[in-house]
Amino acid sequence: MRPELTIALAVLLLPLASFTLLIFTGRRYSERSGLVGTAFLGIDLLLALYLLAAKVPSDLKVWDHTFTWIDFHTAVNGVPLKIDIGIMVDDLTAVMLVVVTLISFLVHLFSLAYMKGDVRFSRYYANLGIFTFSMLGIVLTNNYLLMYVFWELVGLSSYLLIGHWYEKKSAADASKKAFLVNRVGDLGFFIGIMIVWMQFSTLTFDGIFGQIAGGKVPFDSNAWLTAAGMLIFCGAVGKSAQFPLHVWLPDAMEGPTPVSALIHAATMVAAGVYLTARTFPMLTADALLVIAYVGAVTAFIAATIALVQNDIKKILAYSTVSQLGYMVMGLGVGAYTAGVFHLVTHAAFKAGLFLASGSVIHAMHHALHHQHDHHTDAQDIRHMGGLKGKMPVTFWTMLIFTLAISGVPLTSGFMSKDEILAGTLAFSHFTGHTLIPVIGFLVAGLTAFYMFRMLIVVFLGSHPDAHRAEHLHESPKVMTVPLMVLAALSFFAFYSFNPLNASHGWFMENVTPPAVAVPAAAAATATETFVEEVHHQHSLAMLLSVGVAGLGILAAFVFYHWRKVSADAVMNAAKPVHTFLYNKWFFDELYHATAVAATLGTARALAWFDAVIVDGIVNGAGAVTKGFSTVSGKFDSIVVDGIVNLTATVAGFLGMLLRTVQTGRVQTYIVFALIGLMALLALYI
Amino acid sequence: MEQTFLNIGILTWLTFLPVVGMIVVLLLPKEQKTAVRWTSLAFTLAQVVFAGILFAKFDRNLAGVNSAETMQFTELFNWISVKSTAWFGTIKIDYYLGVDGISMPMVLLTALISCIAVISSWNIEKSVKGYFALLLLLDTGMMGVFVALDFFLFYIFWEVMLLPMYFLIGVWGGPRREYAAIKFFLYTLLGSVLLLLAMLALYFSVTVVDPASGERIHTFNMMAMMNPANYDPQSLLAGAHTYWRYVAYLAVFIGFAIKVPIFPFHTWLPDAHVEAPTAISVILAGVLLKMGTYGLLRIAFPIFPDAALYYLYPLAFVGFINIIYGAFCAMAQKDFKKLIAYSSVSHMGIVILGMAAMNTQGMLGGMMQMFNHGTITAMLFLIVGVIYDRTHTRGLDDFGGLMNKMPKYSGIMVVAFFAAIGLPGLSGFISEAFSFLGAFQTFRWLTVASAFGIVLTAGYMLWTLQRVFLGTLPEKWNGLTDVTGRELVMLVPLGIIVLVLGVYPNLMLDVMNTSANALVDFVKAGGGMAVGN
Repeated sequence: MRPELTIALAVLLLPLASFTLLIFTGRRYSERSGLVGTAFLGIDLLLALYLLAAKVPSDLKVWDHTFTWIDFHTAVNGVPLKIDIGIMVDDLTAVMLVVVTLISFLVHLFSLAYMKGDVRFSRYYANLGIFTFSMLGIVLTNNYLLMYVFWELVGLSSYLLIGHWYEKKSAADASKKAFLVNRVGDLGFFIGIMIVWMQFSTLTFDGIFGQIAGGKVPFDSNAWLTAAGMLIFCGAVGKSAQFPLHVWLPDAMEGPTPVSALIHAATMVAAGVYLTARTFPMLTADALLVIAYVGAVTAFIAATIALVQNDIKKILAYSTVSQLGYMVMGLGVGAYTAGVFHLVTHAAFKAGLFLASGSVIHAMHHALHHQHDHHTDAQDIRHMGGLKGKMPVTFWTMLIFTLAISGVPLTSGFMSKDEILAGTLAFSHFTGHTLIPVIGFLVAGLTAFYMFRMLIVVFLGSHPDAHRAEHLHESPKVMTVPLMVLAALSFFAFYSFNPLNASHGWFMENVTPPAVAVPAAAAATATETFVEEVHHQHSLAMLLSVGVAGLGILAAFVFYHWRKVSADAVMNAAKPVHTFLYNKWFFDELYHATAVAATLGTARALAWFDAVIVDGIVNGAGAVTKGFSTVSGKFDSIVVDGIVNLTATVAGFLGMLLRTVQTGRVQTYIVFALIGLMALLALYI
Repeated sequence: MEQTFLNIGILTWLTFLPVVGMIVVLLLPKEQKTAVRWTSLAFTLAQVVFAGILFAKFDRNLAGVNSAETMQFTELFNWISVKSTAWFGTIKIDYYLGVDGISMPMVLLTALISCIAVISSWNIEKSVKGYFALLLLLDTGMMGVFVALDFFLFYIFWEVMLLPMYFLIGVWGGPRREYAAIKFFLYTLLGSVLLLLAMLALYFSVTVVDPASGERIHTFNMMAMMNPANYDPQSLLAGAHTYWRYVAYLAVFIGFAIKVPIFPFHTWLPDAHVEAPTAISVILAGVLLKMGTYGLLRIAFPIFPDAALYYLYPLAFVGFINIIYGAFCAMAQKDFKKLIAYSSVSHMGIVILGMAAMNTQGMLGGMMQMFNHGTITAMLFLIVGVIYDRTHTRGLDDFGGLMNKMPKYSGIMVVAFFAAIGLPGLSGFISEAFSFLGAFQTFRWLTVASAFGIVLTAGYMLWTLQRVFLGTLPEKWNGLTDVTGRELVMLVPLGIIVLVLGVYPNLMLDVMNTSANALVDFVKAGGGMAVGN
């Protein structure tokens, strides 16, 4: 094993060590446990940075190490049956390691102040550790088995962190919902793994793609290859909150806000995108088309919902869903690098947005606490306003993040979003699916609008409660420093020196699409042709995206800052639409009325069937046997024994009769003898 | 391979140590409750030590199954031999013990669970002496089933276990204990009758050459029954794929299916569990259910490979029914113990499905699931027992917020619950995944349908977790205390096993692998199917 991979293993295991230490001894450390966890992650980040610096200039495309985990000591068609697992580091992995450890470190830091005095402070830090460990595992693995293992572990840590305040029913409900909805997606993922394992007898990425490239497809059918790819993608639909399994993510906001930043914005939800990227070589044109539409539909639905939400975290949650849809759409149209690039840039500015919102909520809580106000919702943007002067650092960083997510030039978000949009244009050029780029640009405009709506309502104007405003303060350094770091990372310069085109930046130069393994008949447009077309579409995409973003921002100012048009009037005019969007397209209600109700109904019906019918038959058989034995007992005592007794009675009766004759007196016997003699004489004579 | 201690074979030690313990317990005065408990613990602990030695010395490369030469730690003595001139010739029953990769994990499990059952019975106050004497007798019966290689001996142990179980539920159980005990007893007895008939049919069909006299005699030797050459050509069960062989297989199958329990023969289980004291539930779920699947592996499959292959799809189908039906029924329960009982039905379905795959991964998955279910469900029943001891209720809706009140307890609970859900990193995942991976290769759509069970399981387990442990604590439970040292002693070892096997399953897979391969190959060859995969 290469020494670098030993370092990669250390990166993986340090957060696990943090978890183990804190879960058993955390209570003793109490407040200091946060520092312990942060220190672990700090070292982890340094190691990850070292790996990135070593990997990118390296000539080797991949460092990997595979070993046999389980040998079944048998063979299938002459090939030994064994499960190989291992780890790998390519440029994508190296970048992701830094993304995960960086954001995790910043969240650790931020939480020192944000979670201060929490009832389960050390447990919180322990859970952050196991989450980071699982997420790094997903990034480092070179096979679907470990991918699934860490995938589920991420699900567990997400469950634990969403339900951190489990005394609240809504938090407990949300954690359960997150786990179960993800399980539905994972079911598809698992079925995909079963197909792959059955057909290729290996679960390593290289092994599978190598066999596909060699001409072997599942069940000798390209349709099954499409199915396998889409089933694996089901896992991504769950974890990356894609339609129709997007419903868990907004509820997951019940968790502490830094957790939302780490898990439900920057890293875990990006795991689905990462999985799709890793699976990319085996995705057929059909599978990619489905993926592109899933992403586009998700991006659109979530953006429309985000337009009308009032909870600051809910707005960000739906914007996350929408941006994840963007990334998935990017991969689906074949813009591999663009999709992954957006994952990375989005991780920084979305984590920033969440942490900044955490900073705002933190301040609101304090102010409300001062007023002894326990009714006002500290997360409702209608209770905010004018925070710009009170919280300048939070405001300026939030502004940068908002510009980035809106796709304004000079930001990282502009570059990555631009690449995706150029990809959708190229895609529609080759396939004729014009709806994809249309949705892409529409969503870009909507994003700019709802993000600036939030920014304006929260920070500009004046605060609705002057008394409360006096108690609003900027958050402490430990919270604002992470914001500043993330804001810096939202500038273009970190990814490419050309602010208008990232394609010659280090990221896009190094993180390149993997070789496609799919047979030519089922494959999408070849990478080279596609990339060339993207270059052609680049300028158009840039102009259009800047245009729609500008329009969105302008509209937000018109409605919410200059108030030229009353937002309320528009809302009232389109009441049904507003209700529909405000209630999130009624997805929760729909699922409750169908899937949930059907499951619980079946459970109750089968339990009844079991208790009454199945057990009824058993008890019935018992009762019948008992009844039969009673009858046979009666028969025995009345009939069988009756006959016996009757015989005895008859015999007794006869005996009694005869007894009267047996007097014992000689005279009587002589009389009988004489009568008998006379009778005989009478008969025969 | 032999291993003796004081000139007595290690398997005999393993099997009869508890009986020695029982005799010691019976000799103790009735008032000496503590002495009775410690004696029982000492003997079951010694049994664990012997099982550990066995596990360490077990040769991972020997197959066993149908080959007497590769059975390990064998002990063979002529036990009953009746010379007769009647038409059935000499009756010969052997005291024949041995283990292979199929039984080794079960021996370990039995020793472990028995010991833990003794610890969890510490607070039994009603006729302590009788209770522990019966518990130890039960232990011998269970262990005997897993090490017997003579069908008759197997049957005797099978019945020996029945009686103590009946009394343990019927005397020390809950309010409806008598109903539950009789139901359990009669149901199992029904299976025993079928088993007995099949055993006799086999006995009269099989002859081997008696090494002593040189004449052909009938035998109860299981390995002899697995060899088609030993069947008298005119006998009832001679040949392959015959009507009577199918009938005999089904008789054996139902006999074991009741124990597993396979739908629709499962309704004794929830009743028995709900009424049984905690320790007995632990044994019931931890060991007794495995006897059913063990019987399939040890007897039904290798003796009737033709019928086993013929009925493979129906077998997989009942596995599927168990998984889904059990999960749905569990979801609707309001009693914590009943819920776990139905989850057992569901999880044992995975064992059946894995075995029915008839390939290495499925068979290994099924066999490992037997061990894992034994440890995980034992934990779950112990967990129910802990709060039942404190609150005397098992209603799921009577609780809430235990997480804060009992943190250590809840930590252990999280391990057990997520192991039952099949979370990777814990043992349940490995066996479930292998069972499904194997089954998928044989029954594609049925396995996909069964896989929905993993969503349902997560559903009812997390719902239970939320109802009992999350939320706020009802005021009446303010006085609850966290787990005691004794409770930790019984829960933590199981938790460690669950964790270790989840990360390093080879520890157990190595033991089973060779035998699983041999069994799969043997059944396929015997059923006239090309070996491979």
